[in-house]
Amino acid sequence: MALAGSKGIGRIVVILVPYLWLLLLFLVPFLIVLKISLSQDVLAQPPYSPTLDLSQGWAGFKDFISQLNFDNYGYVLSWDNEFLNAYGSSLIIASVSTLLLLLVGYPIAYAMARAPRSLQPTLLMLVILPFWTSFLIRVYAWIGILSQDGLLNQALLSLGWIDAPLEILNTDLAVYIGIVYSYLPFMVLPLYSALEKQDPTLLEAAEDLGCPPIRAFWLITFPLSLPGVAAGALLCFIPAVGEFVIPDLLGGSDTLMIGKSLWTEFTVNRSWTASSAVAVLLLIVLVVPIVIYQNIQARQLEAGK
Amino acid sequence: MNRGLSWLNVTSLVLGFAFLYIPILLLVIYSFNGSRLVTVWGGFSTQWYWSLLENEQLLDAAWVTLRVAFVSSLIATVLGTMAAIALTRYGRFIGRTFFSGMTYAPLVMPEVITGLSLLLLFVAIGFERGFWTITLAHITFTMCFVAVVVQSRLVTFDRSLEEAALDLGCPPFKTFFIITLPLILPAVVSGFMLAFTLSMDDLVISSFTTGPGATTLPMRIYSQVRMGVTPEINAICTVMIGIVTVIVVFASIMTKRQETLRRREEQAAAAQ
Repeated sequence: MALAGSKGIGRIVVILVPYLWLLLLFLVPFLIVLKISLSQDVLAQPPYSPTLDLSQGWAGFKDFISQLNFDNYGYVLSWDNEFLNAYGSSLIIASVSTLLLLLVGYPIAYAMARAPRSLQPTLLMLVILPFWTSFLIRVYAWIGILSQDGLLNQALLSLGWIDAPLEILNTDLAVYIGIVYSYLPFMVLPLYSALEKQDPTLLEAAEDLGCPPIRAFWLITFPLSLPGVAAGALLCFIPAVGEFVIPDLLGGSDTLMIGKSLWTEFTVNRSWTASSAVAVLLLIVLVVPIVIYQNIQARQLEAGK
Repeated sequence: MNRGLSWLNVTSLVLGFAFLYIPILLLVIYSFNGSRLVTVWGGFSTQWYWSLLENEQLLDAAWVTLRVAFVSSLIATVLGTMAAIALTRYGRFIGRTFFSGMTYAPLVMPEVITGLSLLLLFVAIGFERGFWTITLAHITFTMCFVAVVVQSRLVTFDRSLEEAALDLGCPPFKTFFIITLPLILPAVVSGFMLAFTLSMDDLVISSFTTGPGATTLPMRIYSQVRMGVTPEINAICTVMIGIVTVIVVFASIMTKRQETLRRREEQAAAAQ
């Protein structure tokens, strides 16, 4: 075993420091969210009750447990409120967007992988570059394009293709455009890396044996790229479900997405306990895709590509 | 096998890159618009850039953002590199699966959840919210990106160099600094840059974890965007895009040059 052998203080430090950091700032916060989702709003600081008081020992702990309840979940899951619709429509919007991303991203990734070797680093950088520029800026750019008197409508009107401006901004269509645009690099990169490492001799063999190119694509290229498809789809789908900025800036008042509902519940209604319950339920919805994604990621990284 | 580009591939590349770049280009062009109406072209003008310099709120926010990004990405780079080494070099240890899960989860975790949970932590422990809470939050979500970038480099490089140093009695600590670190440095640097830009761009997590007096640039831009599109926002966006583009292009040229240099040295060494 390289580096530090199997024992040694260095090894312990290198493992322990990031481990403890993630425990304290990633896991513990979730436990707190879970706990607050079972609490009640009160007008105090902090604005929820009960708070855990360990000074009274076991009795205090039992008292604390007995005060927890599922009222917030009842509130969030009731049909009178819009959370259930928001979960449903977030899942639909994220699924449709992921499908659109695949349709848009696959041809780009395929063309990149087939481009001359010398050109590929440049193409790769061109795909990554927009990802480095702010997400907010990229979403903002679409407001000026899609609005009623925006550049798209101006262009279409002056070309005579439409008679009246199209209403795109503040509709679900704008949300789809925003998601596809913002997440495209996340889709193209895993697809490209799956396509790029395919053995070209497989296609040569298929061609030599008389397989038409389109059939060879569906029999060889596409099945071999499936790990990339899965990674790209999950990398887009999971954050898209909880998206806040895009539905808030591009969507309309009737665009329901759970990230936006959580934000509103927290900032406008100021209910910390209900927004915690929304977060816990969102996490439960996403836990299966997240675990699948982690397995793919861990396998890819540890297999050494 | 024909590796040239068919017309179909050229079309998808052209359309794809047009889709990626036209919105950004339009945003940049309209930042030089003389008219206050964003959608009407009123002649070329740089007036919005000058008015940026007088907007103290915006400049303050920019300063806060840069400080947060710098401090958080430095610490995130150290922690992320440690996590990457722990996951690739140390074999099995207790709780390893759990650790790798916690390392990859923040990559896809919806920002609203991360933001809310960190805020509730800070409130629960009574940590005063402001610069440091944003910074801690940013370290936590960006270190995972650093870990993935560094890890993908660690798994591909030749371990025999490390093993040789260790066999010759070089202490592990020293081996890391004279063998491993120089070899993974490009990945560490790009991890740092990634952490820096992610921190600079973050809106949601910052909004949750901020406190009085610590408003970041994306938060400021967001509150202005909600009131509508203005050439002034286009101008500040263009400045940010310009900075990022220069850094990324410069960095990729540097890595390319370094690689050519290394290859040449290797060839020279082999020839001797």
